[in-house]
Amino acid sequence: MAKILSYEEKDTWIHRLSGVTKLVFFLLWCLTSMLTYDTRVLAVMVAFSLVIFKISKTRWKQVGAVFKMIMLFLVLNVTAIFLFSPDQGTHIYGTRTVLFHIAGPYDVTKEQLFYELNVIIKYFTVIPAVFMFLVTTNPSEFAASMNKVGISYNVGYAFSIALRYIPDVQGEFTKIKHAQEARGIEMSGKASFISRIKNTSSIIFPLIFSSMDRIDTVSNAMELRGYGKHKKRTWYMERKLQRNDYLVIAFTVVFMVIALAVTYSNGSRFYNPFV
Amino acid sequence: MEPIIEFKDFSFKYRAQAEPTLRDINLSVMPGEKVLIVGPSGSGKSTLAHCINGLVPFSYTGDITGSLKIGGKNPADLGLFGMSKIVGTVLQDTDGQFIGLTVAEDIAFALENDMVPQEEMFKKVDEVAEMVDVKQLLGHAPGEMSGGQKQRVSMAGVMVDDVDILLFDEPLANLDPATGKRAIAMIDQIQKNKKTTILIIEHRLEDALYRDVDRIVVVGEGRIVSDTTPDELLAGDILEKQGIREPLYITAIKHAGCVISPSDHPQHIETMNLESYKQPLKDWFASAEGKKPGKETASVLKVEDLYFSYVEGSPILQHIHFDIKKGEMVSIVGKNGAGKSTLSNLICGFYKPTKGKILLNGEDIAPLSIKERGEKIGLVMQSPNQMISKPMIFDEVALGLAVRGVPEEEIKERVYRTLKICGLYPFRNWPVSALSFGQKKRVSIASILVMNPEVLILDEPTAGQDYRHYTEIMEFLKEINETYGITIIMITHDMHLMLEYTDRAIVIADGHLIADDTPAKVLTNEVIADKAYLKKTSLYDLAVNCQIDNPSEFAERFITYEREHRILKENRADG
Amino acid sequence: MKLKFGIKEVVAIGIGTALFVALTQIQIPTPIPNTYLQPRMAVMAFLAAVFGPVVGGIVGLLGHALGDALFYGSVWWSWVFPDGVVGLIIGLFAAKYAIREGGFGSTKSIVFFNVIQVVSNAVAWIVVAPLLDIIIYAEPVSKVFAQGAFAFVGNIIIIGILGTLLCVGYSSIGAKSSSLTKED
Repeated sequence: MAKILSYEEKDTWIHRLSGVTKLVFFLLWCLTSMLTYDTRVLAVMVAFSLVIFKISKTRWKQVGAVFKMIMLFLVLNVTAIFLFSPDQGTHIYGTRTVLFHIAGPYDVTKEQLFYELNVIIKYFTVIPAVFMFLVTTNPSEFAASMNKVGISYNVGYAFSIALRYIPDVQGEFTKIKHAQEARGIEMSGKASFISRIKNTSSIIFPLIFSSMDRIDTVSNAMELRGYGKHKKRTWYMERKLQRNDYLVIAFTVVFMVIALAVTYSNGSRFYNPFV
Repeated sequence: MEPIIEFKDFSFKYRAQAEPTLRDINLSVMPGEKVLIVGPSGSGKSTLAHCINGLVPFSYTGDITGSLKIGGKNPADLGLFGMSKIVGTVLQDTDGQFIGLTVAEDIAFALENDMVPQEEMFKKVDEVAEMVDVKQLLGHAPGEMSGGQKQRVSMAGVMVDDVDILLFDEPLANLDPATGKRAIAMIDQIQKNKKTTILIIEHRLEDALYRDVDRIVVVGEGRIVSDTTPDELLAGDILEKQGIREPLYITAIKHAGCVISPSDHPQHIETMNLESYKQPLKDWFASAEGKKPGKETASVLKVEDLYFSYVEGSPILQHIHFDIKKGEMVSIVGKNGAGKSTLSNLICGFYKPTKGKILLNGEDIAPLSIKERGEKIGLVMQSPNQMISKPMIFDEVALGLAVRGVPEEEIKERVYRTLKICGLYPFRNWPVSALSFGQKKRVSIASILVMNPEVLILDEPTAGQDYRHYTEIMEFLKEINETYGITIIMITHDMHLMLEYTDRAIVIADGHLIADDTPAKVLTNEVIADKAYLKKTSLYDLAVNCQIDNPSEFAERFITYEREHRILKENRADG
Repeated sequence: MKLKFGIKEVVAIGIGTALFVALTQIQIPTPIPNTYLQPRMAVMAFLAAVFGPVVGGIVGLLGHALGDALFYGSVWWSWVFPDGVVGLIIGLFAAKYAIREGGFGSTKSIVFFNVIQVVSNAVAWIVVAPLLDIIIYAEPVSKVFAQGAFAFVGNIIIIGILGTLLCVGYSSIGAKSSSLTKED
């Protein structure tokens, strides 16, 4: 199985923040990054992200493999944008400054390069935030704090069950895949398209049916231990919001307001250096 | 004193079924009692448990007649949540019951649902964790733990509620023998310290009796067929009639022609009064025949100096070597997580060995792909549900041939032939879903046999099966082994299986091969049994306590006698 | 329509999400360039059809967001929501498919399930996803509609084949088998 990002226990003030705080930060940060195309705002956000990343003491080893994959995806996306719409930049910024011609309708323009640069920066504003969120947030504490900010505990618990059983389901998948491979059912390789679907279904079938059994067992087990008895529940891993949490939330909200104010001050979400 | 559980003329019928599953149950359990409930699959013992913990009638609906009182109250008035305060259930599936992301959270689960303040939870969780010895593991995720540890967490998780009754649903099913022994000791301790009423549902009677129980209730076909002390029950013949396996030492004494008296306390071999049985046993030993030496055959699967590690420097398997001959039935045993499954993964080619060779009929199989190996070495998973992927039996068995492009006519012929061997031919046009668990197991074996493998590897072929199904599956395997000469390797922690059905046991502990000998020798060797988390067989203690000087030979002769006895019995049944 | 939300639904969301995430990296390439079939979509459609709109919708949303975050380190929100939309719409008709009651398997029910899944995918990938891409990311219109169209085709194929098979297979377990007789 591929390496996935996971929580690692460390003692920094970011780790000590409540999961809610980090969720609020993460969502507002992503939202801000989505809405703005203002290069200045994006640049400030990238700088901030890198600082946070540094403070959280996240090591390259924890995230390196995933980062490389994102880069690949980024390159593909940027190329696709150019192939589909080489004049998206002109469309947005209104001018057309050709640097050189490639072929057919494909000119490389300053505006297009600038637009795509913004797309790239957008990625970089979010990546460190996602990394930081995933590797510094204790999932148990997170489910608890979701409930504390008013989200139904059912949602928090469903989330917690998902995290609990991902490794089990992955293990089960590998086992079933092996057994089916030994019978000659291969998912990869040179098989034709139709037989690949068939083979995949041979692995997914047993996996689904054992998961349906598991749903029954787990819900029985939870029911027998009083889950859903009251409208509320307490949480073993709950962490009360502290001064730092309020400060971070306040900062995030203020930052978002300022960022959006700056962005939309010229009547558009784009910062236009060409006029 | 009032009974804490009281069934009176109680019957229950599931909504979807035509016949009642439980009939005329009359059963009382006093507070602080420890009761073992035994019975074959389908006898209704699980339904009985569901009635006690409230899943019947709250999750499984149906018609109830008669009365049931738990703690003096009617479960229907208490509701499922009210019931959960009185009865704590430890399920067989430890992964299903472990819901929390960490040990501490899982133990606290019931408290959280009860809105207990956090401070109090910390205290209570610590206290209970101490009781079941998982205090050091509080921060662990379930993936980092063994089956035995997870089970102890499950116990803690229901004990936080200060329940009056603890109900264990087949607590030994997924544990290796030594861990199972520890679980039984733990349950015993809890009962002694907290005066909790304990109900254990289990069909591994000998293992469950490792510690005293007050009573054994035998359930058969929905009725209670016996409710008596262990000593009385073991002296009688009810267990045999109900298809429940007696402890081996009891069977041995009966083979010697003795009638067991309850006053000799047959509950534990260690404390049983053997005076009147010694001489008959010695005589029987002298007259019984030993194992006939098998004829030497050619090597079929040979492993040479095999090493494996995921990460350099922390080997999972080291210097493993053995040579399995054609037509042998061999067991690979050792504690959970000792590397047994890794070994079968290496043989099947799912992983590549770090060092060493695997030879099939003298040829190195390293260049063969998983698929190519699959044609010669068949792997049957523990649960048929992990393998079956087609709705219809025929298609499921044909799958391996179909993906190999075998012509349709030939597929049909081979599938029919295999179905006949497996006794499934009359069901050939049925959907798999209409079969029982044991029949599904046969389907999964058939789907491998159809490829004509030379070697069959089975992972825990009898896990969770009662004695009747166990015998059915094992006799079937023995038959294909004897009739078709297929070499069979079983990965197991069932000591009865290795003793009764295999000629040889390969014992792995902590990644090393520590023994390769007859099962009788392995299971009468304390050092090996300890290292590999096995349990030495009670036949050993019986022999030693009867001053028989060669305990492993005694075990050997017992097995030989058992096998012949079984064949005789079958012939009689057939004729 | 089924709006019951009990323990079983909570667990179904949890385990369903775990399944969805675990299958994130299983992709089947197709003869159509740039289009991969995602078996996880078929699994999600199956869960929606069995457990209803809430389970379907949340498994889609949470599974996609979590899978993206864990495996790819970034969450592409404009593609997270369409997954939720597919689960939600398929789940709205859960009672009609009657999978757990053993009622799924007739040509009529299979056609109905597939009409719904095609409609839900059309809404998700030809309307919601491109719109969000344009609104959120200001991506070129031609690119996002092309991507949406590929996703649409891929998903209706995998749900149409694998999703249907899963529903039929699971439904047959609940079916009565009293009409079976042994043959010699």
